[in-house]
Amino acid sequence: MAQVTTANRIGSLRAAPGLLERIDLPRRVVFLAATSMIGIVALLLTFITWQGLQLFLKDGVSIGQVLSPTWQPDSTSGTPNFGVLPFIAGTVFVTGVALLISTPLSVGLALFLSEVAPAWARAIVQPALEIFVGIPSVVWGWLGLTILVPFLSDTFHQKIAISLPFVGEVFSMPGFLTGFSWLAGSLVLSVMILPTITSVSYDAFRAVPQELRTGSLALGTTRWQTIRHILLPAAMSGVLTAVVLGMTRAAGEALAVQMVIGNSPTLPAAITQPVTTLTSQITLDMGNTVFGEPWQDALWTMSLVLLIISVTSVMLVRLINKRRMGS
Amino acid sequence: MINGTRRLGGLAIAAMMFAAACSSAGTSPTPAGSAPVAATGVTCVTGSVTAAGSTALQPLVDAAAKQYVKACSGSTITVNGGGSGTGLSQVAQGSIQIGNSDVTAASKLSTPDANSLVDHIVARQGWIVVTNKKVTGVTNLTTQQNIDVWTGRVTNWKAVGGPDLPIVLIFRPSSSGTRSTFKKLVLGGATEATGGQTLTEDSNGAVTTAITKTDGAVSVIGFAYYNDPANKSLLNGLQLDGVDATVANVSNASYKLAADGHMYTKGQPSGLTAAFLGYMLGADVQGTLIPSLSYGPIAK
Repeated sequence: MAQVTTANRIGSLRAAPGLLERIDLPRRVVFLAATSMIGIVALLLTFITWQGLQLFLKDGVSIGQVLSPTWQPDSTSGTPNFGVLPFIAGTVFVTGVALLISTPLSVGLALFLSEVAPAWARAIVQPALEIFVGIPSVVWGWLGLTILVPFLSDTFHQKIAISLPFVGEVFSMPGFLTGFSWLAGSLVLSVMILPTITSVSYDAFRAVPQELRTGSLALGTTRWQTIRHILLPAAMSGVLTAVVLGMTRAAGEALAVQMVIGNSPTLPAAITQPVTTLTSQITLDMGNTVFGEPWQDALWTMSLVLLIISVTSVMLVRLINKRRMGS
Repeated sequence: MINGTRRLGGLAIAAMMFAAACSSAGTSPTPAGSAPVAATGVTCVTGSVTAAGSTALQPLVDAAAKQYVKACSGSTITVNGGGSGTGLSQVAQGSIQIGNSDVTAASKLSTPDANSLVDHIVARQGWIVVTNKKVTGVTNLTTQQNIDVWTGRVTNWKAVGGPDLPIVLIFRPSSSGTRSTFKKLVLGGATEATGGQTLTEDSNGAVTTAITKTDGAVSVIGFAYYNDPANKSLLNGLQLDGVDATVANVSNASYKLAADGHMYTKGQPSGLTAAFLGYMLGADVQGTLIPSLSYGPIAK
């Protein structure tokens, strides 16, 4: 208010303010952009939440049924049962193994780039990573379908077992009946999230003050000791943020995963078996169901689960960063 | 509030439809031809019509639309995929003029919505059971053998006269028209197997790819896709109960894995919609186009 008064006073000293000055256009445009963004997010959250709850509110399905392992939405084979546990489990399994594969590689690569690589190596690897990010997911899926899936089924067709002398068989699992499997999905995803985790961790390592490195080295530590005892703890919150971002990307990916996981709506018994994910099942069924039927309501409930995963991840990242600021 | 939610829902579906159509290259706008051709039996009406829905029926509707607009300048007919459910719900909402479907509206929509639609049966479509090339020696499956295979009672090709090879079932999503037709006509409603030996693929194309890459795979695809020269050499097509999967056998009703292709309109059609549906039922489409694309003409 005070500013307006001041502006008016200055204006009156010179001349009467013009129309544009009086309505303060730039401020209004920026304000509109901000409010519409908030409005769109709010509408989106409201709509998906409302649609996602219809399965419980309108169709009277219990939460227990939704968390059951049987997906039988088709009313022509008896009473429908909307158990989405196989999809939630599939998303968690495929994403989890992808993170297990990708995190050590990505963090190692980030450390190499930030601490070890000479300038010329960085000049090659960094653009290469940017190209990596730009490759569309359908291309990764297609590569997986063309190369990885036949490779897995041809190479590991037999039972996979580890036998020790005297002890006998200590571990066994069925081979790949088909290459379409949980492992194929995780491998494709691990390649896709590698650049995300690498670049965010790289920034975290670069943000560690140079004094910590020089101080540590001055105490006579080796480079590895500095990395392990100084850099990694100092950059830990940034690395965790990177992993959470990679996880969000992996859990939300639909197309590439759908092409290689086989989409079998049951809980997998082994990493060599087909699975399905929330995103894949939504894309498979959305075109063939009609708006308002319980089947499609169940798909919206699955969207709500994905939304909850994504919101939780954002909260987690904020929490991690808050703790970093605090400490 | 209820009204508002509905409208939002319609928008969301339209957006999803659009995304699906784009990702699967299902959109094929057919611009009006420049040179009007006076074809026989074509009633030309100017305007613009959008049809969407069944991907099994899409090749036929798309080809017919191209011929129609070539004959009639000033008309535009856009044919999208999206799935039978999408076609039915969009035509019931009035956002498109024609909804293509493999299944009846009554089986998908609520009764008031289904009653607001008018059914136009334009073709007979057949499906064929196909296997991976390594499944040698199996040329026929009886209905009972199909039930055994698809419910998981039999898990090796040995049991039905084939090689010693595990059976891998490749399904379409349980919401798909192809799957529900097969389940009704061949499996008699029996519940299909689930688990490690089953895969689910989204489209006829993805099914074909998965069969060629998976030893011992079996699936069901539309005649139009099986008879595509690019696919035929990659697949073994099977008889059903000893009857060849041919259009002739679909027409004389001896081959049972076949169903009507529906084009739904909201209320009685008028203008270009009526003219195009008339063209679908005319001699050009029924006599020439339909046999060439491996569909069956409707019974006279």
